[in-house]
Amino acid sequence: MNIHEYQGKQVLREFGVKVPNGHVAYTVDEAVEAAEKLGSSVTVVKAQIHAGGRGKAGGVKVAKSLEEVRTYADEILGKTLVTHQNGPDGTVVKRLLIEEGCDIQKEYYVGVVLDRATSRVVMMASEEGGTEIEEVAEATPEKIFKEVIDPVVGLAPYQARRLAFNINIPDELIGKAVKFMTALYEAFVSKDCSIAEINPLVTTGDNEVLALDAKLNFDDNALYRHPDIAELRDLGEEDEKEIQASKYDLSYVSLDGNIGCMVNGAGLAMSTMDIIKHYGGDPANFLDVGGGATAEKVTEAFKIILSDKNVKGIFVNIFGGIMKCDVIAEGVVEATKQMGLTIPLVVRLEGTNVDRGKEILDESGLNITSASSMADGAEKIVAAVK
Amino acid sequence: MSVYINKDTKVIVQGITGGTARFHTKQMLEYGTKIVGGVTPKKAGTEVEGVPVFNTVDDAVKATGATASVIYVPAPFAADAIIEATDAGLDLVICITEHIPVMDMVKVKRYMEGKKTRLVGPNCPGVITADETKIGIMPGYIHKKGHIGVVSRSGTLTYEAVHQLTQAGYGQTTAVGIGGDPVNGTNFIDVLDEFNRDPETEAVIMIGEIGGTAEEEAAEWVKANMKKPVVGFIGGVTAPPGKRMGHAGAIISGGKGTADEKIRIMESCGIKVADTPAVMGETMIQALKENGLEEKCKTH
Repeated sequence: MNIHEYQGKQVLREFGVKVPNGHVAYTVDEAVEAAEKLGSSVTVVKAQIHAGGRGKAGGVKVAKSLEEVRTYADEILGKTLVTHQNGPDGTVVKRLLIEEGCDIQKEYYVGVVLDRATSRVVMMASEEGGTEIEEVAEATPEKIFKEVIDPVVGLAPYQARRLAFNINIPDELIGKAVKFMTALYEAFVSKDCSIAEINPLVTTGDNEVLALDAKLNFDDNALYRHPDIAELRDLGEEDEKEIQASKYDLSYVSLDGNIGCMVNGAGLAMSTMDIIKHYGGDPANFLDVGGGATAEKVTEAFKIILSDKNVKGIFVNIFGGIMKCDVIAEGVVEATKQMGLTIPLVVRLEGTNVDRGKEILDESGLNITSASSMADGAEKIVAAVK
Repeated sequence: MSVYINKDTKVIVQGITGGTARFHTKQMLEYGTKIVGGVTPKKAGTEVEGVPVFNTVDDAVKATGATASVIYVPAPFAADAIIEATDAGLDLVICITEHIPVMDMVKVKRYMEGKKTRLVGPNCPGVITADETKIGIMPGYIHKKGHIGVVSRSGTLTYEAVHQLTQAGYGQTTAVGIGGDPVNGTNFIDVLDEFNRDPETEAVIMIGEIGGTAEEEAAEWVKANMKKPVVGFIGGVTAPPGKRMGHAGAIISGGKGTADEKIRIMESCGIKVADTPAVMGETMIQALKENGLEEKCKTH
């Protein structure tokens, strides 16, 4: 799960990570009020959307007076920001972070992620702050330093020190940098983050070490033990169909194509998208109904697929192991009855209770094309939507 | 021969009184698996499908001599269940449970370091040695005894591959689902190494997906060590970056873990990669022909 920058900074603050003072604003008046409260000579007006690359897209402005705060807030609120991360449609800005400006001496990068190769949490740091870390990794990998963290010991002080020295934090600020990194690691593990990225981390003229930006992502599987974090979810940032799917415990990702897919199992669902593409079609979604789907859940899944106006045909690809084919068939028949299906539907069933499943489809009298294999089904649906 | 498990492997089921576990205990018993006990705290003395239930893994192991366990307990308690099984000194622990928090698994892996217990999973379909024993949730009937080893990050793609092989008349030794999570107990290389040493296994199919670099590392290992033909498949060629495709581990992030890169490296290491999931079986048969193993591996 993603959260906004201002929310991330609030979480970090609770763990003692230094961040600039700031307030969230939903309107221009709130923005000006927030700036008044801060009373700083320079105020930063920052668009709050989940995508990165806001600065380049015009979503971050530095104001030198309350009048400028008003002007910039008015300009950014309601604006559609298109960044390299959120696709051609962009995201409408509905919230602002009004933050006190600071006297930046130098920008650094610090990030905490899971390293799959070692099954450990890793803290990375670089002197090349402010730019995309992927670009730094590509161009100058020697400028990224890593510390692999033992979960029993945690981030050891010497590791934080080594990182701080490696990225050339001035000697007099090493202590503050170590404190910063230690608190950041604490926040990461305590809140079950999947990413905690501070880009840039800055040193300031008044000798502070601050998180100027904060990107926190959380492990969805651990949200059950962090109700405070779960509350920070902003549904306005998510795809309508994905929200609907999550209500029914369906794993769904919206895509740009016109062939709706309903599959059991994540690997098979991904591969179904691939094979549709292989035969010249374009998948409209990734959808894994899971192993224990009921006929009702299958019906809901169908409704979500059909609510996508781009969908011109549907391919159901099921390899029933624990998932029984007759249950799927019942759900498909029920959904098509309820929804009045007008587009081509190709169904491939294999596995547990496959004969019964096929019987149910045949007896329904519905216009369903059956497929003998995954490839056969993909070819048929691609031909049908052409 | 086979890898990890055979018809004599004695298994306990952790969380045996839950609905899913009950269902699969029955399925496993029907397949011939030696389920000798189950564990659910405070349910000692009861039975599930005629299998005695114990309060702790320790009690179950002492009473039954089990060497393996399969875990169906819910995600919030699964890490504890793995540690309990490790502490009881089991050789093999297979964790079916999905949605375990990553930080729990980081701690579990740290705990298991230097211990003899092998963990398979979590978030996996389990392990099956065809026509001998199955420990997990896979449909048993699609498997047939033979000479192909199967290792996969995805459950349903494993079924797809096994089904294609069986239909074409090529049976399997063991199929190992290593699971779709970013932190897991057993990786591709562990299983490939076992298949490499297993006299019954003549060739291996490895099925990967986007995310991480486990397939790339396995490919390099194959190039350096594998004496048997390996074919592969990677799911997610068309997956968009930054989106988690169902499995927690299936996500392209920071430009890493794309299917194209995995396929490129696998092919450069001599692994034939199937173009589509529909031709995983055919690709294997082609590789068997090229290596003169077709007759030997044909089971009917």
